[in-house]
Amino acid sequence: MFGYLLKRLAYTVPVTFAVTVVCFLLVHIAPGDPLNAVAPADAPAEVVEALKAAYGFDRPLPVQYAKWLGRAVNGDLGRSVASGRPVSGEVLSAVGNTLLLAVVGGAAGFLGGTLLGCLAGYFHKTRIDRLASALSVAGVSVPHYWLGLLLTIIFSAQLNWLPAMGAGPGGSRDWAWDLAHTRHLVLPAITLSVIPMGIITRTIRALVAELLSQEFVHALRAKGLRHGQVFAHVVKNAAPTALAVMGLQLGYLIGGSILVETVFAWPGTGFLLNTAIFQRDLPLLQGTILVLCLVFVALNLLVDLIQPIIDPRMRRN
Amino acid sequence: MTSFVSVENLSVRFHAAKPVHAVNGVSFDLAEGEVLGLLGESGSGKSVTLRALMRLHPDKVTRYGGAVRVDGQDVLGMAPAALESFRGKTCAMVFQDPILAFDPVYSLGRQITETILRHEPVDQATARARALELLERVQVPSARRRYDAYPHEVSGGMRQRAMIALALACRPKLLLADEPTTALDATVQIQVLLLLRELQKEMGMSVIFVTHDIGVATEISDRLAVMYGGRIVEQGPLAEVMRDPRHPYTRGLLASTVTGGMRGRRLEAIPGMPPDLTLLPPGCAFAPRCGLAGDDCRAAVPPLAATGRRQIACIRAEAPCAPA
Ligand SMILES: Nc1ncnc2c1ncn2[C@@H]1O[C@H](COP(=O)(O)OP(=O)(O)O)[C@@H](O)[C@H]1O
Ligand SMILES: [Mg+2]
Repeated sequence: MFGYLLKRLAYTVPVTFAVTVVCFLLVHIAPGDPLNAVAPADAPAEVVEALKAAYGFDRPLPVQYAKWLGRAVNGDLGRSVASGRPVSGEVLSAVGNTLLLAVVGGAAGFLGGTLLGCLAGYFHKTRIDRLASALSVAGVSVPHYWLGLLLTIIFSAQLNWLPAMGAGPGGSRDWAWDLAHTRHLVLPAITLSVIPMGIITRTIRALVAELLSQEFVHALRAKGLRHGQVFAHVVKNAAPTALAVMGLQLGYLIGGSILVETVFAWPGTGFLLNTAIFQRDLPLLQGTILVLCLVFVALNLLVDLIQPIIDPRMRRN
Repeated sequence: MTSFVSVENLSVRFHAAKPVHAVNGVSFDLAEGEVLGLLGESGSGKSVTLRALMRLHPDKVTRYGGAVRVDGQDVLGMAPAALESFRGKTCAMVFQDPILAFDPVYSLGRQITETILRHEPVDQATARARALELLERVQVPSARRRYDAYPHEVSGGMRQRAMIALALACRPKLLLADEPTTALDATVQIQVLLLLRELQKEMGMSVIFVTHDIGVATEISDRLAVMYGGRIVEQGPLAEVMRDPRHPYTRGLLASTVTGGMRGRRLEAIPGMPPDLTLLPPGCAFAPRCGLAGDDCRAAVPPLAATGRRQIACIRAEAPCAPA
């Protein structure tokens, strides 16, 4: 168990290293010159050279990488070309908002998906199963931005129940746990929850239906356990796989909420990425992607560490 | 006098695209403390019969016919709650392959404790102590450590011992054993068989022991019932059936083992295939493989007729076998 832990931890080192290299190179592989956003196209050559020197773009790549990495490790991701503010501050506040949205939306989706999946698996091949499966297919297929706009039209424009834009009243970018902020969270979280709900429903339905046909379930019934008690065993057996899928989904939610964040003007990383791309703000882009990737790596690590705790078959020495 | 277990004209049908007639009119009785060996090729309906005694088949696709009475209770007519209390308490099952029959994510001991807690008004600590005792009784070495082991962490023999401990947890009066030694190595097979026999004597349980291995069947049974195509074709006291098999199928089975030594022989020496249970012939199911079969055999299913303590379902089985 301890050996596994160490091995799994050690495994993150090369992954993290690769992530930093890719993030760094991204800026240099991307078409266009990183200076385009700062210097006008017709700027005199010596101004461009001076700017290059100021940003360190005139040095060889490995040197640039080493310097960049050294600063990044100390929490310095450079300054946004567009706003001039430190990237780390902007990214951190955006990551917070994205995590909040992903966790709340993900939790809603996982909860709904688990319920629907258990129902569908338990009542396999009945009307309940078909209804739950239809909901799950709809959930996976509905485009985010379409659903987001639809919800906005109904609940904001028509009924005027919930706000449609931003993370708080008056364009507030900093989250607070009060009613005014929470109201802003509802629509984007629902929109975001729909895909994971569909995927988790499908996963759990298949797991439960498969487990229910296994010999050990007959054995559990043969020793007199009641329906509920048998199902508790099934749920515990389904948990490790379901959890792994949820972990992955949470990763996708964090990286993939860009459409939802754009539709609802949610000040998260998706929104930030969108802004950075359109303004060709490379340090901001680089910093955001780096932090997102690191969150993803950490999440995978977390799932892999929880897995053996709930599945004894994975506790191999 | 009514027997402890009485199965009357039991039939089990599975509704699939093609209905499977897995059991077709099986009748037998079992006295308290008696061991019935249920012998037959794979696919002859032994496991289906055994599971029907607990009504364990999935409700949705299964149609039962006939009657099953165990300890005065009508198993096929019981209310669901009564059935759940009956299972594991009055009647318990040892499954063929313990690696499949144990829940992989619960420890062995916990699964035994769970059974005790389900049926008896004892607290966690008492149940746990009882489970430990049981593990020791079935000769699991260092039982205390094995209690917390998961099914994949112990050997096949150990798992089957734990499965037996689980089945015996609430001192059932009837034990259903479905090829409990088939998945084990030969030497472990004998140990587990001896253990079962010993526990049966000690607790005075009735046992129905399913096997396709004649050697195993003779080792443990008082009485033998031979199944073919979802029917019993011959039954009687073990010694009588072994000495003087009457049904051509039983003769074929025994003949195939006499020369090769008793234990470990699979029943495959009779030429031909077991019948298709979705499409049983109108007559004797064994007729297509039987050297004695005539048109009358193929016309109607021969009834299980009693002669003395024997029952034989064959219209050509008059002549007793000449002693060898
Ligand atoms: N749940 C089920 N649905 C359909 N067919 C089944 C089911 N369970 C068993 N059968 C069929 O019933 C027949 C008898 O099986 P079984 O009793 O397991 O044989 P065995 O004598 O080897 O134990 C087999 O042909 C098997 O395919
Ligand atoms: Mg079987």
